[in-house]
Amino acid sequence: MDLLEYQGKQLFARHDVPVPAGKPARDVEDAVAAADEVGYPCAIKAQVQIGGRGKLGGIKIANDRDEAQEHARAILGMDIRGLTVHELWIEGASQIASEYYASVVFDRSAKAPLVMLSTKGGMDIEQVADEDPDAIAHLHVDPLLGFQDFHGRRLAFEAGIDDDVVRPVAAMLAKLYEVFASEEATLVEVNPLIITPEREVRALDAKVTLDGNALYRHGQNALLRDLSAEDPQEVMAAERGLTYVKLDGDIGILANGAGLSMSTLDVVAEAGGTPANFLDAGGGSRADAITAAVEVILSDAKVKAVLFNIFGGITRCDEVARGLIEAFARIQPQVPFVVRLDGTNGEEGRQLLSEARLPGVHTEVTMDDAAAKVVELALGAGG
Amino acid sequence: MSILIDAETRLCTSGITGREGTFHSLRNRDYGTQVVAGVTPGKGGQDVEGIPVFNTFHDAVEKEGANTAMVFVPPRFAADSILEAEDAGIELIICITEGIPAHDELRVYNTLKKNGRARLIGPNCPGILSPGKASVGIIPAMFFGEGNVGVVSRSGTLTYQIGYVLAQSGFGNSSIVGIGGDPVPGTDFIDVLAMFQEDPETELIVMCGEIGGDAEERAAEFISASVTKPVIGYIAGFTAPPGKTMGHAGAIVSGSSGGAQAKADALQACGVTVGKTPTQVAEAAASLLRV
Repeated sequence: MDLLEYQGKQLFARHDVPVPAGKPARDVEDAVAAADEVGYPCAIKAQVQIGGRGKLGGIKIANDRDEAQEHARAILGMDIRGLTVHELWIEGASQIASEYYASVVFDRSAKAPLVMLSTKGGMDIEQVADEDPDAIAHLHVDPLLGFQDFHGRRLAFEAGIDDDVVRPVAAMLAKLYEVFASEEATLVEVNPLIITPEREVRALDAKVTLDGNALYRHGQNALLRDLSAEDPQEVMAAERGLTYVKLDGDIGILANGAGLSMSTLDVVAEAGGTPANFLDAGGGSRADAITAAVEVILSDAKVKAVLFNIFGGITRCDEVARGLIEAFARIQPQVPFVVRLDGTNGEEGRQLLSEARLPGVHTEVTMDDAAAKVVELALGAGG
Repeated sequence: MSILIDAETRLCTSGITGREGTFHSLRNRDYGTQVVAGVTPGKGGQDVEGIPVFNTFHDAVEKEGANTAMVFVPPRFAADSILEAEDAGIELIICITEGIPAHDELRVYNTLKKNGRARLIGPNCPGILSPGKASVGIIPAMFFGEGNVGVVSRSGTLTYQIGYVLAQSGFGNSSIVGIGGDPVPGTDFIDVLAMFQEDPETELIVMCGEIGGDAEERAAEFISASVTKPVIGYIAGFTAPPGKTMGHAGAIVSGSSGGAQAKADALQACGVTVGKTPTQVAEAAASLLRV
């Protein structure tokens, strides 16, 4: 779960990571009130889960109330790389002497947390990594041992930060690691980490990703999920216990198992089609689960044809066929379906479907034939 | 021969009294696996259709000589159950549970690595099948016969799909190992590839990867340096958009890393035949075996 900047900063504040004081706002009036309270000059910042918003006009400095109103009006509702700005964060403008970069990353390859520090703050870190990899100091931490003071000193000296701030920056890294470990984050990134003219260290930005599987242990964090920023179909699917990812195409897809679902999208693309979604129905063969899945897929108006790709293992294909027949009785879909049933009781399942004579339903035995058929149907539907 | 599990396997299921735990333990026993015990704290002394239930893994090891554990408990209890099995001296732990917190997995992985006593397969995996010998997990064993194709995969149903096509062409398997779809698998492609390379029965290896992480890229380097048997590869997720988790917690393209094309390219560069569809993988394997 990705947090917005201000949510990340509120999380930081709970762990004594210094952040500029500020307030969130959802409309212009609140934004002006927040700016008055924070004081001028202040920064009006778009809250979207995407990098590079400053360059796209999503961050502006207001020197007085009129400017605050003008900037809030301009930024709210703005489109930043496909995301609409629904929320602002207003904080006191910071004086900057130096800009650094600091992060703690869940390094799945090394199976350990990776802590990074660089003096090249305020720019795209992937670009820095490409062009000047030596400019980033990095260190893996044994998760059983945790972050030690010497880790912080080593990183600070290696990164070449100003001598007078080595200790406070090292201390900052220890705090960021604590946020990472105790909140069960998979990413804690501060870009830029600034040094003020008074030589104070502050997190000017916050990018935090929390592990959704661990939210049951962090009740306060679970409340931070912003459903309005998520795709409506994905929210609907999650409420029904389905794993659904919205894509751009016009062929709705349902398969069982994550790997087979991904593979189904690839095979459809290989056959010349464009998938509208990823949907892993898991072992769900019951009519309820299938009805829910079909409803989610068809709630996307772009869908012209649907492919069901089921390989029956422990789930039996005849059970899936019965579920599908019952689901069709409930919702009467208006687009053609291709149903591929194979594996355990595949023949029985196909037989049941052909006897049921569901309108617009084609059955296939192999995944490749099913993909070719659904692509043909989607094109025939006026693609 | 087979790898990891065989007729010597003495299985103990943690969570055996739960619905799934009972169902799959009995299926594994029906297949011929020696399911010698189950663990459910507080239910020691009961039995599940003749399989004795213990309060702790330590009791299961002491009284029934369990040497392999299968973990079926809910995600919030799974890390603890794996660590208990390891503490009790069990050397092979297969964790089926999906949805374990990532930091729990990190702690478990590093603890097991430091102690060096036990191997973990999974989490979030379908288990292991050595046809004709033993089945531990949820793999639908009826599709697979004894043979010389070793399969290692991050995905369950995709493996069944490929194995099924192979079986229809008349080829069986030495072992099928699901290493799971989570970001921190206890056992990686490289570990299993090394075992198949050493296994005299395995003549060909099928490896099913997917987007996310760099396990496939590292496996490609290992194959090039240390595997002399032919390897057929498959990668799922070419159409996955960046930044989206595709069902498996570990299946995510992050920025410029973890994409399917880079994995397929890395494997091909090391001499691995990469099929574009599961059918192509099975056909490529079948054509190599027929020679």
